[in-house]
Amino acid sequence: MDPATLLSATAVLGGVGLTFGVLIAAANKKLKVHEDPRIDDVAGMLPGANCGACGAAGCRAFAERLVQRKAEPVGCTVSSPDGHKAIAAYLGVDAGTAVKRVARLLCAGGADVAVQRAAYVGHASCAAAAAVAGGGKGCTWGCLGLADCARACSFGAITMDRNGLPRVDPAKCTACGDCVEACPKDLFVVLPETRRLLVQCKSRMVGDPVTALCRVGCTGCGLCAVDADPGLVSIVDGLAVVDAGKDDTGNVKATKRCPTGAIAWVEGAQAFAGPPAAAREGATLR
Amino acid sequence: MFRAARATFRHGVHPPEHKELTGAAPIRRMPFPSEVVLPVRQHAGKPAQVVVKPGDHVERGDVVAQADGFVSSPVHASATGTVTDVGWWPHPDGSSCPAVRVAVEAHSSQIARERRVPDWKGLSPEQIVRAVQDAGVVGLGGAAFPTHVKLVPPKDATITTVLLNGCECEPFLTTDHRLMAEQPERVMHGVRIMMRALGVPKAVVGIERNKPDAIDAMTAARPTDLDVTVLPLTVKYPQGAEKMLIEAVLGVEVPSGRLPMHVGVVVQNVASAATIAEVFETGQPLVERVVTVTGRGVRRPGNYVVPVGTKLADVLEFCGGLTEDAREIVFGGPMMGVAQGRLDVPLTKGTTGVVVLTDADVRADDALPCIRCARCLDACPVYLNPSTLGQLARVERWEDMERAHLADCMLCGCCSYVCPSRIPLSQLFAVGRGMLKRRRATP
Repeated sequence: MDPATLLSATAVLGGVGLTFGVLIAAANKKLKVHEDPRIDDVAGMLPGANCGACGAAGCRAFAERLVQRKAEPVGCTVSSPDGHKAIAAYLGVDAGTAVKRVARLLCAGGADVAVQRAAYVGHASCAAAAAVAGGGKGCTWGCLGLADCARACSFGAITMDRNGLPRVDPAKCTACGDCVEACPKDLFVVLPETRRLLVQCKSRMVGDPVTALCRVGCTGCGLCAVDADPGLVSIVDGLAVVDAGKDDTGNVKATKRCPTGAIAWVEGAQAFAGPPAAAREGATLR
Repeated sequence: MFRAARATFRHGVHPPEHKELTGAAPIRRMPFPSEVVLPVRQHAGKPAQVVVKPGDHVERGDVVAQADGFVSSPVHASATGTVTDVGWWPHPDGSSCPAVRVAVEAHSSQIARERRVPDWKGLSPEQIVRAVQDAGVVGLGGAAFPTHVKLVPPKDATITTVLLNGCECEPFLTTDHRLMAEQPERVMHGVRIMMRALGVPKAVVGIERNKPDAIDAMTAARPTDLDVTVLPLTVKYPQGAEKMLIEAVLGVEVPSGRLPMHVGVVVQNVASAATIAEVFETGQPLVERVVTVTGRGVRRPGNYVVPVGTKLADVLEFCGGLTEDAREIVFGGPMMGVAQGRLDVPLTKGTTGVVVLTDADVRADDALPCIRCARCLDACPVYLNPSTLGQLARVERWEDMERAHLADCMLCGCCSYVCPSRIPLSQLFAVGRGMLKRRRATP
């Protein structure tokens, strides 16, 4: 081949490359966006789970808010206290204080205490089962036990027990709310871990029809409302409801006379203890 | 304008019809049960509001729950008796729903009170619509959309045709078939009233060719003074879907996201038409409907007039009970119906049939991986890609499903029916719809 052709091709391509290179270099100088280098550092100190429990769109977005002092390090529910301290020290701010929040299941009706009316056969997902006549469980409000919540949990905090109920490990739970969204029966709530008084039932039915389907269901009898501090518990549409705005300290007494054990005093993980002894013996539940 | 040569839509499937079980069985009346349960949610739209309390005496046709707004429908007592309870009761859709329980009076003649029935010829369209709503008439084809709403088209739509849906394309079901064959005059009378309410000059009745006696009866009953055509259609599922029927009869496609009225058509079920006729003949509101009880799992299949709110157990008992090998009970047809998990659910206004399938009919297979054979694409009547949608559903990418036009899916089940890998596609789509609705509801 003619050396001149080779040379001219090299020169033209080289020239084009040089021109655009200079242009890009100039643009880079002119259009440079100054970003606080601390954002990258803080993002590196965050867990990187992108769970969204802090309210930001992801860990980097939360890092930006931290640097801008719009959030406190404890806002990250996944980091350990040491992690919070490290970020606080790096940014020269206070780590802040936060009450740990955990996901709680509002159903205690496992396979041992709740009636199954029909067998669901098919795609193993609560959402899919719920679309087929509610999934076959006697109680239409109850947990279907096909583990949509456990699959949704990014932190392995939810395991299914032998009665088909999800157990939340408070140590692993970051209160991100993924289980709340995953449950087709809306059985999860995220509550401060210090909330002890919990109605583990969502059935709106009243009296014997409830216990015919589930031995630990809330019959709406109102004993807890009588025994608790005035105004703390009320019966709304057949279901005991604990006022989230009121302090429940010292109200373990509200659970003592519950004929089914639907209202529970929860310390740490939920227990799902089953019905009280009187109910187990088949006493009439009123 | 009609392209009668085709007389069907594109795509779709041909499931076995199984209509031989009840297709020749005349409509019979089922005796009143000892109790009826009337859920407040028996129609699409806002649930009705209960207006009775325990202890009240109600007569057949009395209002027990009134409509809450325009897109809502009242519920009437389907039998004379005493209200025993107003509370939560299992609903055929699998949830619980507030319901009025009525203990039916034993030995009652069940003759409704005397009612003043206005002469429909003297009524304005608004008054007709009002009377239809007050009678609690909803679409009896299964979706239970309040009929009166479809009789009031929006200002920007010009309705040219009333399309009567006599397809009954679901396997097993024969309610519309028997109604058209036995009471064609009543159906035609309802058509006449609907044409008056809408001010529309033309009506077409679409009937699939597997119901020749219905086609003959309806053709003979055609009013001579009005432009009413009876059009035999090629048998195919899901021809009874509104948009498919419009394509089959008028050769027009309803655009994605639009309604039939945007192409100038109002589609009503033939049974709804017959109910409207009844409202203006005797004043009886929608308190009973024809239900096909069928399937090889029930001992005495047939077409029965059943009071709304009759419990499934009472219906099955009247039909001789279940056979030994009965396995699954479905409300509606097997393609789109909902499997039932309990026997105390009431039959509602939208319950077209009770199909009892046996062990031999039901096969629970595990889903296998998609082999990309594209049979679902050839079956889908609205030209979606069920294969892709199914794979997105498997990995829970609901928003991507929405972008793949999940909203156009009517859950007809054609894709699930043809899938050789037995992937429960339409069930996954129903899940996707539910999840998207939940996400929209949470801020």
